[in-house]
Amino acid sequence: MILRLIERTGVFLVSLAVSSVLVFAFMAVLPGDPARVALGVNASDEAVAELRRQFGLDRPLPTQYFDWLGGLLHGDLGTSYVSKVAIGPQVFDRLQVTLWLVVAGMVIALVVAVPAGTVMAARHRKISGLALSAFSQVGVAVPAFLAGILLIVVFAVRLGWLPANGWTPPAQDPAMFLKQLILPALSLGLVQGAVLTRYVRSAVLEVLREDYLRTARAKGLRPFQALWRHGLRNAAVPVLTVLGLQLATLLIGAVVVERVFVIPGLGSLLLDGVSNRDLLLVQDVVMVLVIAVLLVNFIVDLLYVALDPRLRTAS
Amino acid sequence: MKRLNPSLIAGGVIVAGIVVMALVSFVWTPYDATLVSPASRLLEPSWSHWFGTDKFGRDVLSQIMVGSRTTLFVGVVAVGVAAVIGVPLGILAAMVRRWPGEVIMRGNDLLLAFPALLLAIMFGAVFGASTLTAMVAIGIASVPSFARVIRSGALQVMRTEYVLAARAAGRQPFPIALRHVLPNVTSLITVQASVSFAIAVLAEAALSFLGYGTPPPTPSWGRMLQESQEFLFSAPRLAIFPGIAIAIAVLGFNLLGDGLRDRFDPKLEDRR
Repeated sequence: MILRLIERTGVFLVSLAVSSVLVFAFMAVLPGDPARVALGVNASDEAVAELRRQFGLDRPLPTQYFDWLGGLLHGDLGTSYVSKVAIGPQVFDRLQVTLWLVVAGMVIALVVAVPAGTVMAARHRKISGLALSAFSQVGVAVPAFLAGILLIVVFAVRLGWLPANGWTPPAQDPAMFLKQLILPALSLGLVQGAVLTRYVRSAVLEVLREDYLRTARAKGLRPFQALWRHGLRNAAVPVLTVLGLQLATLLIGAVVVERVFVIPGLGSLLLDGVSNRDLLLVQDVVMVLVIAVLLVNFIVDLLYVALDPRLRTAS
Repeated sequence: MKRLNPSLIAGGVIVAGIVVMALVSFVWTPYDATLVSPASRLLEPSWSHWFGTDKFGRDVLSQIMVGSRTTLFVGVVAVGVAAVIGVPLGILAAMVRRWPGEVIMRGNDLLLAFPALLLAIMFGAVFGASTLTAMVAIGIASVPSFARVIRSGALQVMRTEYVLAARAAGRQPFPIALRHVLPNVTSLITVQASVSFAIAVLAEAALSFLGYGTPPPTPSWGRMLQESQEFLFSAPRLAIFPGIAIAIAVLGFNLLGDGLRDRFDPKLEDRR
């Protein structure tokens, strides 16, 4: 088990290192000079040269890379070439907003998917199960931003129950914060819930066929009791993998949903960075998102071992 | 006896419908989809404009018809890119054991950390937003799932007796890959292509919505949604029609993928 832990940690660290090189290299192949891009086409050559010197863009690429990486490791994301403002605090602030969305979305997805998927599996030959299956197929086909627009049309425009957009920090006005969180979180969560439901269903179906469940039933447990006591933990292992991948999807989905609901999260920061040609900002935000995705996968890997004792001895 | 496969039929019908709509749009649409007509701004649905008109007076139905071309075009190219890179990688990873195969799969896993949307935004930042950058980015982001699925299929093929026999007879790896492995993973490729197509449709819509996809005036469902946002209170139908089009297209390709999977692997059918 320790070997496995070391192996997974190694893979995680190497992935981090390689992806940082990829992100840096990708932004470095950029046609045009970041300083020129930041200052605009009308800037004088002296001004561009000055900016290059100021931000160290005149140094060799490997030096720039290690400088950037070193800063990253200390939480220093550098200074924007365009706005001349430190990027780290902005990213940190925006990340918190996005995390609220992602966590709320994930909770909604789980609350929808676990019961719905279990019922679909337990009743997979009955009308109720089939109806839920069809419903989840439709849910899978609706992208989160479309769900967001539809939710706005129904709950903000028609019914007027909730605000159509905006964001209030929880410390400032908790009630408003919740009101504004509901629709974006629902648009992320319902769609992910529909996807997750299908995996829960097939995982539970798989477990239902197992001998230990038949034994549990033979001992006199009712179907849902047997599933609750013996089935769900076993079904949790494959679902967990999907959950990890989905967290990544949620994080990226939040980029678009933030645009729909005018929420100042990491996604809006990234998109603003792209439209302002603020390349270091884009590079930093992309890297933060990639780190988040890799970190989630790493945690899932570890949870895997914790949940499934067979994996502990297997290696 | 072969049972009726409802997913395959429903998916096939929907996908065929979209293809027909795209083809028809080349020769006929109710109106010119890009024709700006200030006199007929924001008309409600009527006999002359079935789905109404948008803020520029363009006919919504015509835009949806022409938009299906964009959707299919992006999907075909993106899936093509993914298959052309992913299938050989998957087969290679299965045939080359030990560390080179391992390195391919690790690199593949790493690519998973760059979802289509993120990759496309990065491409947009570097090369400028266009249909081409969107297609290539979506395609590259779909490579890992192709490679993974094909590798697992190819691993099974490599263990079969006919491959062992071919190897014993001294056949070189490349002819084995071409003659034995590839034909036996085509069903997997078809299923994966259909699933990836659905993902590509979603990604294209999201990108166009953000302004990183197909630039105007070429109609695209995602951009129609984006343009509808300012009229959510006065004309929500402008969001609903392209929204339904996106959802139906994704549903169609997902159902087709499910149906094909059942068709190719009857053992799975019982389990789904």
